[in-house]
Amino acid sequence: MPKLTIDGREIEVEAGTTIIQAADQLGIEIPRFCYHERLAIAGNCRMCLVEVEKMPKPVASCAQPVGEGMVVKTNTAVVRKARQGVMEFLLINHPLDCPICDQGGECDLQDQAMAYGSDRGRCQEGKRAVPDKDYGPLVQTMMTRCIQCTRCIRFISEVAGTPVLGGLGRGEHLEIGRYVNAAVSSELSGNLIDLCPVGALTNKPASYTYRAWELKKTESIDAMDGLGASIRVDTRGNEVIRVLPRVNEDVNEEWLSDRSRFAVDGLKRQRLDRPYVRKDGKLQPASWAEAFAAIAARIKGLDGSKIAAIAGDQADAEAMVALKDLMALLGSPNLDCRQDGAKLDPAVRASYLFNSTAAGIEEADALLLIGTNPRKESPVLNARIRKRWSKGGFKVARIGHKSDLTYKYEHLGASATVLKDIADGKHPFFEVLKAAAKPALIIGQGALAADDGAAILGLARKLADAAGLVKDGWNGFNVLHTAAARVGGLDLGFVPGTGGRDTAAIVDGAAKGDISVVFLLGADEIDVKGLGSAFVVYQGSHGDAGAHRADVVLPGAAYTEKNATYVNTEGRAQQTKLAVFPPGEAKEDWRIIRALSETLGKLLPYDSLKAVRERLTKVSPVFAAIGEVTAAPWGAAFGTDGTPSDRSLVSGIDNFYMTDPISRASKTMAECTAAFGGGCNHKKTGTHG
Amino acid sequence: MLRDSDRIFTNLYGLHDWRLAGARSRGDWNGTKDILAKGRDWIIDEMKNSGLRGRGGAGFPTGVKWSFMPKTEGPRPHYLVINADEGEPGTCKDREMMRFDPHKLVEGALIASFAIGAHAAYIYIRGEFVREAEHLNYAIDEARAAGLIGPNACGSGWDCEVYVHRGAGAYVCGEESALIESLEGKKGQPRLKPPFPAGVGLYGCPTTVNNVESIAVSPTILRRGASWFAGLGKPNNTGTKVFCISGHVNNPCNVEEEMGVPLKDLIEKHAGGVRGGWDNLLAIIPGGSSVPMLNKAQCDTVTMDFDALKAQRSGLGTAAVIVMDKSTDLVRAIARLSKFYWHESCGQCTPCREGTGWMARIMNRMVTGDAQLSEIDLLEEVSRQIEGHTICALGDAAAWPVQGLIRTFRPELERRIKDRQAKTRAA
Amino acid sequence: MSNMTHEPNSFAFTADYAEKAKAFIAKYPAGRQQSAVMPLLDLAQRQEGWVSRAAMEVIAGMLDMAPIRVEEVATFYTMYNRKPVGKFHVQVCTNLPCMLRGSDDVVAAAKAALGVDFGDMTSDGLFTLSEVECLGACVNAPMMQINDDYYEDLDANSTKAVLEALKRGETPKPGPQNGRQFSCPAGGPTSLTELTFQTEKA
Repeated sequence: MPKLTIDGREIEVEAGTTIIQAADQLGIEIPRFCYHERLAIAGNCRMCLVEVEKMPKPVASCAQPVGEGMVVKTNTAVVRKARQGVMEFLLINHPLDCPICDQGGECDLQDQAMAYGSDRGRCQEGKRAVPDKDYGPLVQTMMTRCIQCTRCIRFISEVAGTPVLGGLGRGEHLEIGRYVNAAVSSELSGNLIDLCPVGALTNKPASYTYRAWELKKTESIDAMDGLGASIRVDTRGNEVIRVLPRVNEDVNEEWLSDRSRFAVDGLKRQRLDRPYVRKDGKLQPASWAEAFAAIAARIKGLDGSKIAAIAGDQADAEAMVALKDLMALLGSPNLDCRQDGAKLDPAVRASYLFNSTAAGIEEADALLLIGTNPRKESPVLNARIRKRWSKGGFKVARIGHKSDLTYKYEHLGASATVLKDIADGKHPFFEVLKAAAKPALIIGQGALAADDGAAILGLARKLADAAGLVKDGWNGFNVLHTAAARVGGLDLGFVPGTGGRDTAAIVDGAAKGDISVVFLLGADEIDVKGLGSAFVVYQGSHGDAGAHRADVVLPGAAYTEKNATYVNTEGRAQQTKLAVFPPGEAKEDWRIIRALSETLGKLLPYDSLKAVRERLTKVSPVFAAIGEVTAAPWGAAFGTDGTPSDRSLVSGIDNFYMTDPISRASKTMAECTAAFGGGCNHKKTGTHG
Repeated sequence: MLRDSDRIFTNLYGLHDWRLAGARSRGDWNGTKDILAKGRDWIIDEMKNSGLRGRGGAGFPTGVKWSFMPKTEGPRPHYLVINADEGEPGTCKDREMMRFDPHKLVEGALIASFAIGAHAAYIYIRGEFVREAEHLNYAIDEARAAGLIGPNACGSGWDCEVYVHRGAGAYVCGEESALIESLEGKKGQPRLKPPFPAGVGLYGCPTTVNNVESIAVSPTILRRGASWFAGLGKPNNTGTKVFCISGHVNNPCNVEEEMGVPLKDLIEKHAGGVRGGWDNLLAIIPGGSSVPMLNKAQCDTVTMDFDALKAQRSGLGTAAVIVMDKSTDLVRAIARLSKFYWHESCGQCTPCREGTGWMARIMNRMVTGDAQLSEIDLLEEVSRQIEGHTICALGDAAAWPVQGLIRTFRPELERRIKDRQAKTRAA
Repeated sequence: MSNMTHEPNSFAFTADYAEKAKAFIAKYPAGRQQSAVMPLLDLAQRQEGWVSRAAMEVIAGMLDMAPIRVEEVATFYTMYNRKPVGKFHVQVCTNLPCMLRGSDDVVAAAKAALGVDFGDMTSDGLFTLSEVECLGACVNAPMMQINDDYYEDLDANSTKAVLEALKRGETPKPGPQNGRQFSCPAGGPTSLTELTFQTEKA
């Protein structure tokens, strides 16, 4: 551990640390443009120059490893002069369009120019103009503003694994651009905007709609997929302007997927902003009282077995526990949170979690993917897998669809037949897993959401035991969820009670008339047309499939509009924060259910968020440990012994850009679908255009 | 004056057969096996004792550089990379060695590879040298067919392949780490150091990069002995050197001379003197475009070696002597060099990418006097803002000629600006 | 890069060049095939006269590179033509050593002889004239490169003579155009005159 002095302050750091990292640890600020702690070191902007004793020239602190006894000075006249020089060079070809630049107010160049820039330019030569590039519907380019820091090139190549950006030409004519026949079709492209230190790459859908300083910032959690990235929701008035990632090393580092970032315009479209009741075959605006009365009229005297409830993929835990309790009071055992019919076993928590944790996947040394396309199902998690792969010594194999995952893998076959061979120890990949120190598998919803899902789950379990995927301090058995609600629903038991019906049986029962009332809590992914003559109550935020079929519509809140709990695929309970109020008469979802319970004469015993959460904690302690993963015990058997079919395993989601009511309402996501194509199961979505 | 018998490049002018038979007749490949048999340590020591300093410009002792390589080969193979990307304006020596004495380079490549534990040597030759690459490839094929290189080279038990890799037009690839990047199939952008090539070079493996001349002289040094080479030239500046004399001399030429030869002697004996006589001399750039120029007074006495030229705030560089007589428009001359560095900047570092163009534009206006007097200081400041602030030395190289001009010929710059302003006023 | 350039839809190496490409790839260690990108771009250019996007994509595929990495290389190095050039690519050096010895005259003579400016192609497609940076033949300045050959020790007349000869379909002899022996001083060597080659005698 070398010891060094920076500006007279001593610090001991790990060998291999760079000066800028050591300075960061001390809280000594060194300006930088090209350096980014999650990207390879480029050392090209030269803004981070510092003086080091015994070195003849100022050194780039981002690239210089510390040495024992090194004496670094970051605030001398030489350093200041060097940085002023670099700043002047950066500005001679940078336009003076800050007043109309979306980056204004949160621009590294602007900020540093305040410290190191001059109040006048000395350069009399003409400024360089660079043609803008077409990066698609998400990223706006203003390439004249580019300072050639190459962060975007490094991100798209290293982190996203879709190398379509490069530096073309050289010298003063070096231009950052994309390969002309390739789209910037990474699912992570929005991160380019965050990484760009200037206004060269900005948020295209939000172009010219805001100034950074007008926005109210609310720290929250993403509910657009199963990972639950940490986000910041930026709002103005009661409008969500944009969503940005927050740093969370355990979950998303500092990345966010394009759907999570750019589907926000869907929050303003197709919204249910008041209750509706179907009259004369048409949904008619109604008051809350009328809507509740209509439901009560239908439920009154009905046997519990004729009532059912299905929770959708973005349902929050508070709403689900309230609905579960209400169903219990109504005497119904028919409830399920698995819209897709995934054969997940709610009884064994380890059977449905991503047990290694997202960060833990970086420790794995062998990985088997079963019926999952992590690139589309969880791009940020996929970037972790790629990160691990890039370090080498990591064998990846895949059962299912063949497509570009941004890293190399061995394709073992399309169906679970090969999984059986591996689990039986009859396939070479069994030995690979067995020989690995930290072997892992990831099983996707595409594998589980079918009749043979339980058999596949059973095989995965068998394999995990036989190949040593679970050992001291390591559990490499991973289920990748695509629904933000799913793990929370399983944890709180939003599953059929004794003798109760699961999703398929509920739909079947409704079709046959055995189920009379179906309560859909944001459930739009089931076959709503197959609900027969059942009376359908739809509670949710958007006028999507469920609402169109409904007899009563109760307007709920989207994830940006409520304080709500979600449990991510790792089993990590996290809470969203209300950033804007629900539109019109829409309300936080648990409150709606609580109010309905009163009308139904089955009053739920909580009337504050605190009380609901206490109830949640009583149902499962998981909900008390916010932000944390509680390791789930391995032991109890799960899955079944059967033989899986030879169907091709495909991903549970087909179009990354449209998976839920919000993204389906988003114009931006529609544009992405048109530009980049949807089908990740069928079309090749490679990086080579 | 150096005796012909002490000259290494005996076919510098292409008067003789450059192929294997001719090369052998001039002593190449003579006793190579015996040299290798003396072992790696002996070779490196002998090279150190010879005092040979790298002939690519920086003048780092070649033997010392070889000794930086790991003593034993680990899991990563070692590589020798020979820098034949000759592009420093004024310099054209490696070209002659490669087309007329290619076997010296191939033999040197084998010996150096052996000394650093490499089984593969890549000669990175500038792309424009198509014919020179043809000669090299021919010589390599001959040597391989004769068992001189390849498996069990010269019967030494050492396997060594030599390959030619052509560049494609980028001066910056003469910088060793840019050259390695280029050899790996990327843009030739210099790498950050550390790590240095001896630790992490080609393909991330231990690598030594040497100039053509450094490698090509090594077989003769080892054959004739370190003391022979060290006995030529001056202390710390030993041996012989091929000088390129261009510009305003009567007979521009390449010539191999002793290190430390007086500049004036060099020009008068070999290049037929300065056009119009020594007194017609205005300035000389003594080591290729990247070193500051000398005025006539300096040229009168300076000797051509690393230390003497350094003492004159210039440098031996590649020993490319560019002579400018009194007819020279010095401002235009330096403006032309500014344009060159602007054109060749790789674009990686901000100061060089943005600053070289700025300097070139100001310099262009200085040529016609279409500038403000205050811009002379601005130009100087811009050059200082580039110098020392970039990854590689191209930024420095761009800055120094401009600084040298201002230092030595500021009154001329001022005169042009004032003349132009006077003319504008009159109009 | 001109927007006017017509990019062909496809590219394929001829059998001969495909063989050569293979030989180039074999020069580099296994897994380091990217090193062959420069020789392969050169081959493509020798075949087609310039480097098209289609060629870059074929090369990218051959070397398992992203096409953008190939394009970076193709646009970084000046020898790759990203648009078609004439049958003879005449590149006149104007760097300092050539300038000192009259490259202005060479440039003027070349422009006059070809009737085009720097960067332009003659209407018959025979010549493209370019200004080029130092080509490393400074003691034989001024000079120009035409395709693979250097023409050195030029003046206005010899420049014109070389270009006119090419127009006539002749192949002028490369090297010094003033009769001197390569980089030897004009008028004869001042060194290497008393050489006796020991082995030669024996």
